[in-house]
Amino acid sequence: MSLRGLPPADIFDKALGGERRALGRLITFVERDAAEAETVAELAHERAGNAHVIGITGAPGSGKSTLTGQLVKLLGEAGKRAAVLAVDPSSPLTGGAILGDRVRMEDVASPDTFIRSMATRGHQGGLSLAVPGVVRLLDATGYDPIVIETVGVGQVEVDIAGTADTTVVVATPGMGDSVQANKAGLLELADLFVVNKADRPGAKDVRRDLDLMLDLSHVSGQDQRTGMRPEIIMTTALSGEGAPEMWDAIERHRTAITANGQLEARRVNRDIDEVRNRLMADLESRVDLMLAGQSLAGVAEVLDAVAARSLSPTAAATQLAARIKDL
Amino acid sequence: MSDASTSDPQIRVVLAKLGFDGHDRGIKIVARILRDAGMEVIFLGLRQSYKNVVNAVEQEDADAVGLSMHNASHMTLAPKMVDALAEAGLEVPVIVGGIVPDEDIDPLMKTGVAAILGPGASAEEVAQTVRDAVAAVRGSSPQA
Repeated sequence: MSLRGLPPADIFDKALGGERRALGRLITFVERDAAEAETVAELAHERAGNAHVIGITGAPGSGKSTLTGQLVKLLGEAGKRAAVLAVDPSSPLTGGAILGDRVRMEDVASPDTFIRSMATRGHQGGLSLAVPGVVRLLDATGYDPIVIETVGVGQVEVDIAGTADTTVVVATPGMGDSVQANKAGLLELADLFVVNKADRPGAKDVRRDLDLMLDLSHVSGQDQRTGMRPEIIMTTALSGEGAPEMWDAIERHRTAITANGQLEARRVNRDIDEVRNRLMADLESRVDLMLAGQSLAGVAEVLDAVAARSLSPTAAATQLAARIKDL
Repeated sequence: MSDASTSDPQIRVVLAKLGFDGHDRGIKIVARILRDAGMEVIFLGLRQSYKNVVNAVEQEDADAVGLSMHNASHMTLAPKMVDALAEAGLEVPVIVGGIVPDEDIDPLMKTGVAAILGPGASAEEVAQTVRDAVAAVRGSSPQA
């Protein structure tokens, strides 16, 4: 029984009925932004909006996959039908990718767990452009919670905070001092901190630095934004120690933002963000076409002038920006 | 970004070693070759079961399965993998890489394995074999 040639609505029905192969194919449509993707998006949109979306983010090697595996194990034991989206980077040179997170999760996950690996496919920001659409699809087909594991991030990949209801930032010993903790970026957007590898020397120092940073958020008034101080949980992902406490903290966060109306506000922002991101991606491909000399006349001359150093990149961008409306 | 991914649908390949076989240099090299050929590799690695591979192909909607075999189990495990995928209704080619003696090649191909890659296969040969095997399945009926 092949899925080939079936209309997307039929495949959607199969996915609703629990057929994993069908859900796998629908995700591919969304990922490729294929002709079927629009139908799938509409069908999913009608049914989505229930699942708790949890983001796990942190530096490469901080233990995100292993922690996600522990989380999924707990959720399976609690009888929940969880899904995981594990995002890894695509090669900027060839578009290829090695997606290696699944193996750390599958052995511990319950058979009901759905795990999908995704490559970023050229998108910056720690996720792939298709992630919100795939989350909606998993939500619509009854998965709850949905755990998104981002690529290993630095300081500026903050997509996840706009995508998840609860953003967990994983820190580990040896990643720098208290100044690092006070720089702007990802750490500001955490709803919950996890200090992983808590059995290693320096874990308590990380906790102290994060605590001090959060104290300063209070002094500067930044914590007024959320009205909540993120909790800090210590874990050792390899042994699973601290994972139940992490899940409890995630649930407390969800309860709190449901009660204070932030959950609804975040979801509205998320949908508007998605509109924006899609428009930006469209614009970006139009700009690429323009620079390749395939849409507007006279662009090659401007770029030649930049190459000959007779025109500055800044001036060239100003000239071309005036013509963006013609794209 | 890459020409390969914009013109053709991205090829996704599950790579695994089945059972008790710890020789994983080959599979790591193949993963890198396929990545650099613009494919997405779902890397399962060592000590996988048929069930793990079937799960991965279903959930990842993979286009092909690559099995790395270096413990003389190819005549038993590879055909079982082909059967397990067919039983799950999954139409994906299985490509065997590793050590397959010459006299086993014909019998193994007859069990439904799509291709066999031995030691000394070049990077281009590895990537092209995967592309051809995927095209053979995708081309057999319109891509859903």
